[in-house]
Amino acid sequence: MNKVMDNKNNTDKYIVTRNACKLCSPLGASIVLRGIENSMPILHGSQGCATYIRRYLISHFNEPIDIASSNFTESEVVFGGSSNLNQSLDNVTKQYEPDIIGVATTCLSETIGDDVPRFLREYKKEREGRKIPEIFTVSTPSYKGSHMEGFHQTLKAVVDAIPGDEIKTDSVNLFPGFISTADLRHLKEIFEDFGVNPIMLPDYSETLDGTSWETYNKISPGGTPVSEIKKMGGARESIEFGKTLSEVESAGKNLEKKFGVKCSSLGLPIGIRETDTLMDLMEKLSGKSMPEKYVKERERLIDAMSDGHKYVMGIKAVVYGEEDFVAGIASMLLEIGVVPSLCASGGKSGFLEEKIRSMAEGYTDEEIIVKDGVDFMDISEIAKEINPDMIVGNSKGYTLSRTINKPLVRVGFPIHDRIGGQRILHIGYRGAQQLFDMVTNTVIQYRQDSSPVGYTYM
Amino acid sequence: MGNKNNKVFDPEFVKQEMIKKYPAKVARKRAKGIVVNKIEGEDKVVPEIQANVRTIPGIITQRGCCYAGCKGVVLGPTRDILNLTHGPIGCGFYSWLTRRNQTKPETETSENYMPYCFSTDMQDEDIVFGGEKKLKQAIREAMEIFKPKAIGIFSTCPVGLIGDDVHAVARDMREEFPGTNIFGFSCEGYKGVTQSAGHHIANNELYKHIIGENDTPLDAKFKVNMLGEYNIGGDAFEIERMFNESGLTLNSSFSGNSSYDQFARAHTADLDVVMCHRSINYMAEMLEAKFGIPWFKVNFIGAKDSAKSMRKIAKYFDDKELTAKIEAFIEKEMAEVEKVRLDVIKRTEGKTAALFVGGSRAHHYQELFKELGMKTISSGYEFGHRDDYEGRKVLDTIKVDADSRNIEELTIEKDEARYKARKSEAELDALKSDKDFEMNDYVGLMPDSEEGSLIIDDISHYETEKLLEICKPDIFCAGIKEKYVVQKWGVPLKQLHSYDYGGPYAGFKGAINFYKEIDRMLSSKVWADIKAPWEQSPELVAKYAFNN
Repeated sequence: MNKVMDNKNNTDKYIVTRNACKLCSPLGASIVLRGIENSMPILHGSQGCATYIRRYLISHFNEPIDIASSNFTESEVVFGGSSNLNQSLDNVTKQYEPDIIGVATTCLSETIGDDVPRFLREYKKEREGRKIPEIFTVSTPSYKGSHMEGFHQTLKAVVDAIPGDEIKTDSVNLFPGFISTADLRHLKEIFEDFGVNPIMLPDYSETLDGTSWETYNKISPGGTPVSEIKKMGGARESIEFGKTLSEVESAGKNLEKKFGVKCSSLGLPIGIRETDTLMDLMEKLSGKSMPEKYVKERERLIDAMSDGHKYVMGIKAVVYGEEDFVAGIASMLLEIGVVPSLCASGGKSGFLEEKIRSMAEGYTDEEIIVKDGVDFMDISEIAKEINPDMIVGNSKGYTLSRTINKPLVRVGFPIHDRIGGQRILHIGYRGAQQLFDMVTNTVIQYRQDSSPVGYTYM
Repeated sequence: MGNKNNKVFDPEFVKQEMIKKYPAKVARKRAKGIVVNKIEGEDKVVPEIQANVRTIPGIITQRGCCYAGCKGVVLGPTRDILNLTHGPIGCGFYSWLTRRNQTKPETETSENYMPYCFSTDMQDEDIVFGGEKKLKQAIREAMEIFKPKAIGIFSTCPVGLIGDDVHAVARDMREEFPGTNIFGFSCEGYKGVTQSAGHHIANNELYKHIIGENDTPLDAKFKVNMLGEYNIGGDAFEIERMFNESGLTLNSSFSGNSSYDQFARAHTADLDVVMCHRSINYMAEMLEAKFGIPWFKVNFIGAKDSAKSMRKIAKYFDDKELTAKIEAFIEKEMAEVEKVRLDVIKRTEGKTAALFVGGSRAHHYQELFKELGMKTISSGYEFGHRDDYEGRKVLDTIKVDADSRNIEELTIEKDEARYKARKSEAELDALKSDKDFEMNDYVGLMPDSEEGSLIIDDISHYETEKLLEICKPDIFCAGIKEKYVVQKWGVPLKQLHSYDYGGPYAGFKGAINFYKEIDRMLSSKVWADIKAPWEQSPELVAKYAFNN
């Protein structure tokens, strides 16, 4: 039996958030909107929100990311933001000619009580008969949840606003969650190889990790077309990734309720077990057995794990990030013998501990501490007690890594102190292979660097 | 690449191209912020530009907010004031140890809170019931963890709206913790029209709460306050080195590599020199009015301007020994600089740059490009005011609008006990009579920019794209938000907000770093693989048949 416990140590006593392990909800909304074809986000509030979020996303994705704002000043705070919103809708339409505009609210517009759905109804009414983009809104004040709530709320708002069920198709809706652009591309590849047509929402695989361009594009090419989103109500089934997401109301479940599209909730397919679950479902959906390519990838991974397990077996890791991501990474680490001694998140769905426990069952007897709603100071304090061998997560863990002199394996978001953070592959057998190599080599390098001899041979 | 094409462009045509897609009203407004530079007469009179006005909603701007200017820019580089963001989590997170705020604490155990990001992380219930209680608790916790000598509370958008009074909370907490200076900033994001409002608020509160706290002057002969230098990429370290090696003493820095104690003794300096006029001119004026410290404008970006600025300081102190030391220092440094410059210029001469950054850098960095034989064809600020473009001579003609009026303007009175004239009236008049000296003055970006170059305030994303399409500069200097847009066009972008993890670029050593960096960027072969749109469709270029 493994011991999983919620360690009530002194980290629970602080109200102040000291180095947050979460970002704000309009950022999540912006990511989703950048994953819809020819779409533009407008953040309804101060321009600082759009500027900060652009800067943060761009530092991770290294791509142009345009996010508009309704640019509140003091007078909008007093008189409301409807006129500014109308202006920004007009100007964005004129400059960018988008197919769809998503208006995400911010702390400011929510606090003054702007009724954005009404503003939009009036805006559309005034322009009846004229060609305007699809427009929808989502409520994303930063004081409610984290960027992940913003992400999922936006997906829900999109499927609430756009799809119908007139056209029945063979497509499968895929809500991949917040994963890397390489992950999204790999998912599309898997679906294609099984001969299943996915409508993946969001799909920022090209928009946020694009190529060099032949001609300049005002809006980065790629993303889920609005015409496809419209068909989501008529799809065969929906798949959504996210262990903790499975417990809450989501875009997939919304479609199930509204249009009767069956929704399967899976964990993020990180590591062998979760990828197996996805592949089983793909076999069922396609009526085909897993293509040879993936059989080989799986076998190669197992072969690599048997070759390399001795380097990582029993070592202790601190894992942090978004809850679903942490659950996925922890699951994968357990498979290769690494103990995720601390699994932590700034998110607070209430389901993280249960999910980690179920993944750890039968894999380790070592203690695993699960903490949700924590910040990096909490994480550091527990980490210092655990004395882990490595830290697995985004760039914000670097301070901890430096303090305790233990290596950081960079995965997830945000990675703004390395090149290529946006194209790390985490999912599928191939992703597991890359993570395994990365984790193992990190351990080897650490031992090599701290060895007095300096062996050059494993 | 761009340099293969005809670089002569008609700026008026470019301007029209930029605005023709806008709705008529928007186009009219934007037209006022896009000006073809023209410098007339001895007084270097330039055309009026519209600046420091609200961004039009939906026009994507690079501007930030009041909170960013206050917490991130001015107070960000100070290591031993614990910064506590009162608000939901986003604002604190995004301003957490950014802009490469470097600092060198006095000792390994000296206070340094820069790696920390404290936030009250407001939740739903705080918005409904008010957040003052939580704020107080957060301060108590900060005291328990660190016992800092000072705590700054920074307000985000919801704070003012829900009626939280950060100043009252600060007062209460000062009583509870008498050993710690606790003060608040009403820098809600929606205030003013850019981060510039936040700079002003930061200046005001520093002045009210810290300046003048310590009357013991440093035991040194030439005590200088460095104002408006934020130690990006270690710039302040290089300027400190220059000061140290030439016999000057840095008394206080606002605020690169600064500390609480430096602010507390700022009023004991002999001289204030101003780098970024926009963000700190308030402080210079207040220190002069209350304590009698004269100020003038300097620029330590570019080797020539660095030398010129050092000589201005020498002239101000008018001390033979100091002057000799400064001259010897300049001579030694310039020899090194010239060696590198003469090598690099072979590859950079005749190339063009565009600069869109901040409230001073778009001006200052033109000097470095001039030294490399490069022309700045277009430039502009994100948050500058008209005086930053046209010079302080237009100050009296700037209309104060509602957005500026709601930023507190402090009334400063002479401190009879501590006011000390550093120079006689006659000496000051003599310095003022030399226009080039910029005593109590800033000439502005436009009189120093190329005639006929396009000056664009608050350039939008869309206008940036038009500028690239038509003018194709060889290098573009801006920030990370523009970086990948510009590079898609096959044009290298140098970040001048964060220096792309390079620097320092200030002073003499900094100039050498910058020359080498620009050389690397312009000479890289990666750009050869990106075909710029105008290389694919030559008619784009041909259509714009230019006259000079």
